[in-house]
Amino acid sequence: MKPPSRVREMPILRVIARALVPVILLFGLYVQFHGDFGPGGGFQAGVIFAAGFIIFALVFGAEALRQVVPVVLTERLMAAGVLLYGAVGVVAMFLGGEFLNYSALDPLTTGHHGQHLGIIVIELGVGIAVAATIMRVYYAFVGRRPDEDGTDADPALDTGAGGEVS
Amino acid sequence: MNLPQALSDLWAYWLLIALMMVGLYIVIARDNLIKKVMGLNIFQAAAILFYVTMAKVAGGTAPIVPHDPAHPGGHGGHEVVYSNPLPHVLMLTAIVVGVATTALALALAVRIHGDYGTSEEDEAVAYDAEHG
Amino acid sequence: MIEKILVLEVVLPLLAAPVCVLVRHPRFCRLFSLGVVAACFAIAVALLVEVRGGGVISYQLGGWPPPLGIEYRVSTVNAYLLALVTSMALVVFSFDSRGGPPRVPEQRRHLYYAVFLLCISGLLGITITGDAFNIFVFLEISSLSSYILVSLGGHRRAVMSAFYYLVMGTIGGVFFMLGVGLLYQATGTLNLRDIAARLEPSLDDRGTVLALALLVVGISIKLAVFPLHHWLPNAYSFAPPKVSAFLAATATKVSFYLLAMVLFTIFGAPFVFEELRLQAVLLPLSILAMFLASSAAIFQTDLRRLLAYSSVAQIGYMTLGLSTANATGLAGGLVHLFNHAVMKGGLFLVVACLLYRVGSVHIDALAGIGRRMPLTSAALVIGGLSLIGVPGTVGFVSKWYLVSGVLERGWTAAAVLILLSSLLALVYVGKVVEVLYFRKPAETQPVDHVREAPLGMLAPAWVLAVAAVFFGLTTDWTYGVAREAAELLLAGGI
Repeated sequence: MKPPSRVREMPILRVIARALVPVILLFGLYVQFHGDFGPGGGFQAGVIFAAGFIIFALVFGAEALRQVVPVVLTERLMAAGVLLYGAVGVVAMFLGGEFLNYSALDPLTTGHHGQHLGIIVIELGVGIAVAATIMRVYYAFVGRRPDEDGTDADPALDTGAGGEVS
Repeated sequence: MNLPQALSDLWAYWLLIALMMVGLYIVIARDNLIKKVMGLNIFQAAAILFYVTMAKVAGGTAPIVPHDPAHPGGHGGHEVVYSNPLPHVLMLTAIVVGVATTALALALAVRIHGDYGTSEEDEAVAYDAEHG
Repeated sequence: MIEKILVLEVVLPLLAAPVCVLVRHPRFCRLFSLGVVAACFAIAVALLVEVRGGGVISYQLGGWPPPLGIEYRVSTVNAYLLALVTSMALVVFSFDSRGGPPRVPEQRRHLYYAVFLLCISGLLGITITGDAFNIFVFLEISSLSSYILVSLGGHRRAVMSAFYYLVMGTIGGVFFMLGVGLLYQATGTLNLRDIAARLEPSLDDRGTVLALALLVVGISIKLAVFPLHHWLPNAYSFAPPKVSAFLAATATKVSFYLLAMVLFTIFGAPFVFEELRLQAVLLPLSILAMFLASSAAIFQTDLRRLLAYSSVAQIGYMTLGLSTANATGLAGGLVHLFNHAVMKGGLFLVVACLLYRVGSVHIDALAGIGRRMPLTSAALVIGGLSLIGVPGTVGFVSKWYLVSGVLERGWTAAAVLILLSSLLALVYVGKVVEVLYFRKPAETQPVDHVREAPLGMLAPAWVLAVAAVFFGLTTDWTYGVAREAAELLLAGGI
């Protein structure tokens, strides 16, 4: 990787980032679970949560973040989040309701609890998927090295013959 | 509706159309692929703002039902005017679509830069003309 | 029973995609996605059988009744489209492309299947949903995944084509979204039937006319209607051959359904074709597409590009059927959706076979291949004859009903032009056949080492070639359903 840039040696940035990251993550969780009662929800929470990690990576380097959250994990979580969402819908179908009919999740009461349960799990799935996706996108761009081109380009085609313009 | 009246009553729409045309102009006129993506973003933002302006109700507040134990699910005895929440929800989805489109477009731009050695459309076209 | 699991048509491929991402095993993903597509096809056929004869199945997503909730609504029109998309997906998925697209390494091939499944899910979603904004979401799901699929072609220009496609597709998508927004502003609802019921379109209501304009232009970009077709030849000729076959057979077809639905169901034929007279634009553009794109096809030296331009011309036939706005013509357009999917899908699969064995589909490289790969070449000839519209093939069926519809409308000149444009198809198909069978291979390009394509490739291509003849002789299933769908559309229903 590149040698550490000057940003990573700035003590103020490092201290503030270290202090801010947990707060951002906590706020992400707050937005996630408060979504049941007020403004919030999985989309926003997922982005905030991912932003916390990305700030960490901006200051301490993507390599440091990769040790905390491996790339493969983000890919898995992306899929798991969507599946969690889908599972709620499918389970509701098995319990006799329509796809995503949360009321069917709680057949004993009038469906009020089912609605709560359904939306919390759904939003959790959304939150996981969004946070993982944003981080995966970040990894995809930041982790790209010039020599990576060789692995996925077909050597039979004349690629890269245009020279280094930039 | 005459022109001055249309200008004053529908000023939000005029702004939106202007923003939209700015975006479209960038997409058409700029050769740099990254700038094209930015233009596309502005273009999408105009459409999103269109929905948001549509949702505004004069004097309306945020559409959150106040929690009142005495009247579960009610407005606590007094009428409250809300903005229409539906377009906002729709735009949440549209923004996500926009993010996905931007990410994909940038990824393609990175690939194009890897293959052609340039992010300029005209240079890439010239390269294609030369190398087939 | 079927009305309880209708939603699985969309949900199965949608959830199969993340399963592929989790499992990561390329062979599992291939077989799993084939199974999922087969299940979707079974559901689609069951739906079509259920709704034939005027039945309608409505499904309330999440238990919220329409117009508040999202409604999935299946009638003959979209059941026909669902069957079309899933059957083509099934044939394309059973095509064994021996190693996937060139730009995807083995360890990432599961993502390729995931994206393919998402594309199918998006196309099926557009077709099945009865909610305007839901259509936009599925439209973008299918579009985004098709940009990715196109970019996976081996040549560097594939990525550039995908970028163009993305720019054009996004503009089209935003236009569509704005159109839906204006409709919501006018009616206060997003349910398609509810919009149709509440909308009173008139030429004085500029918002409604603008909505129609935005929707038509937006969809026309995705459909590649003649002057907006520029993305298509590049995208189809540089995409992996399997992807070209799939997109040519399904993506534009779904866009056509969307256009027909907007014109007939939401705005209604009386407004669009009598008050606004859209055919004054649509008819000339269709005829221009037929002639200019076919002429462009004649001058192509790459077989894939030739077929792509021919697709633009064939889309012209479909929109021509739309602009007649009578049952025969519209049914001709709708039946051409299926017929064109069969022949163009088959032809692109043949291209994939040729690419695999010959390594190039440049017209000069194909000289003398007719003897080396007799079965592949025969499938190409059948597809080509069908493009021309020779009796006994599906192409003839479509053109027959299109010409009848146009004559019913009293447009004799247009009928003559349809027949004349077939001559152009004869020229470009003839050119390929001549090279395949009668030209001697160049000294520099010996073809002695070329063998017949493997069975896993040949069989799907031949399934479509046989279908092109079978449905050219038996029209009950195709034209029968299309006629019913056309009458339903003209009556303003979906």
